[in-house]
Amino acid sequence: MNNTGLFTAFLTILKRDLTLAYRTRSEVVNPLLFFIIVISLFPLAVSPDPNILRKLAPGVIWVAALLATLLSLDSLFRSDFDDGALDQLLLSVHPTPVLVLAKVLAHWMVTGIPLLLLSPLLAVLLHLPTDAIGVLLATLALGSPVLSLVGAIGVALTVGLRRGGVLLSLLILPLYIPVLIFAANAVGNAAAGLIITGQLYFLAALLVLSLTLAPVAAAAALRISLR
Amino acid sequence: MWLWFHKLGSPKYFYTLAGKLIPWFGWITLLLVLAGLYGGLILAPTDYQQGESYRIIYIHVPAAWMSLFIYIVMAICGAIGLIWKMKMADIIASSSAPIGAAFTFLALVTGSLWGKPMWGTWWTWDARLTSELILLFLYLGFMGLQSAIVDRRTAANACAVLALVGVVNIPIIHYSVEWWNTLHQGSTVMRMDKPAMDTRMLIPLLLMWLSSQFYYGTVLMMRARNEVLDRERDTGWVKELAMEGK
Repeated sequence: MNNTGLFTAFLTILKRDLTLAYRTRSEVVNPLLFFIIVISLFPLAVSPDPNILRKLAPGVIWVAALLATLLSLDSLFRSDFDDGALDQLLLSVHPTPVLVLAKVLAHWMVTGIPLLLLSPLLAVLLHLPTDAIGVLLATLALGSPVLSLVGAIGVALTVGLRRGGVLLSLLILPLYIPVLIFAANAVGNAAAGLIITGQLYFLAALLVLSLTLAPVAAAAALRISLR
Repeated sequence: MWLWFHKLGSPKYFYTLAGKLIPWFGWITLLLVLAGLYGGLILAPTDYQQGESYRIIYIHVPAAWMSLFIYIVMAICGAIGLIWKMKMADIIASSSAPIGAAFTFLALVTGSLWGKPMWGTWWTWDARLTSELILLFLYLGFMGLQSAIVDRRTAANACAVLALVGVVNIPIIHYSVEWWNTLHQGSTVMRMDKPAMDTRMLIPLLLMWLSSQFYYGTVLMMRARNEVLDRERDTGWVKELAMEGK
């Protein structure tokens, strides 16, 4: 393992995590089912009126995406923590933030991308105008990696705790709020026919910020949790 | 300076120093509160628009300032604790959290009490209110994480990471929420030119702010002293103290 390059290590972890996710398909599918069910509750609970649903749609889809991500986050480090693979990861010669980034990327590929692919269907169910659906996809494409990256910090902090689940939401949800505001705002504005470039730029900025800083923070948090 | 910094890092030195300072800080707090309240509630003129109810700012504004200030203190202490492994920094950060949460809560409550007669509503999803509420959640998350981890050093370091991440997030939250329509009035004190406020109103406000700083100092030292005793209970000097019955 000593003479493998950094990039090879990155790809190895990515491939391993994707394989593991493929073997435990139900864990991957469950957050998605949760996403669909939560969204289908709103027309039942609030009102099936298309006008109301159209207004609620951006917020509802984003909140559901947020909660689904939160549910799926636990699997990011949990099994590796239980079987000790996480210790090996930290002992590796390669910089931990890069390895953490590989794990987060794998997590996003199995949760973020399916969410992205499902959301147009749900947007149609909620009567979101067709123009806004493209924007919804754009915000999800920019925003869901941020959710995975920031979430990784929270999971890394709570992975050693027996009952980290509820605490995780308390730690992570306040940090998700900027993404939620910009994304829902962009989709809402697009549905109303307003300009949205500002919000998209901000989402992109958040993505760059979390892409550079979150792996470092998550790696530091992992070292603390595993001490 | 550095010597003093190093000395302050020793829990025993801090314990004795804080013990001597607490009465001073306490009395200064009391004097400043009395002066500030007298100036604010009796001497300051009535606002021409808001009438008497503006006087709640003498609690509200210092509390809101302190809520931000304490979070920044916690983040700085967290950074110091992570980088230089100073025990006292961890203790200060963990003792500050409940005080900061209390100030945040106070700012929210007084704001909503003031909002009812002025805006006609207890709560509105406005930029400042929302970001202050999120700040409260951040404090609660910090305290939750701290109580969830049994080992003290681990808890302190984990909380330090959280505080640092949160402090990055605070400006982002503030500006992202600002883009909604804003009902809360702009700042009248922190401006580049001179404050847009009558001096007779401003001075009591600053007194109240100073008194909250001293109050924070007093309570922080009391809490930190307890924390020091609890953490150092196996050391010789704490046992000696206990023997003396102090």
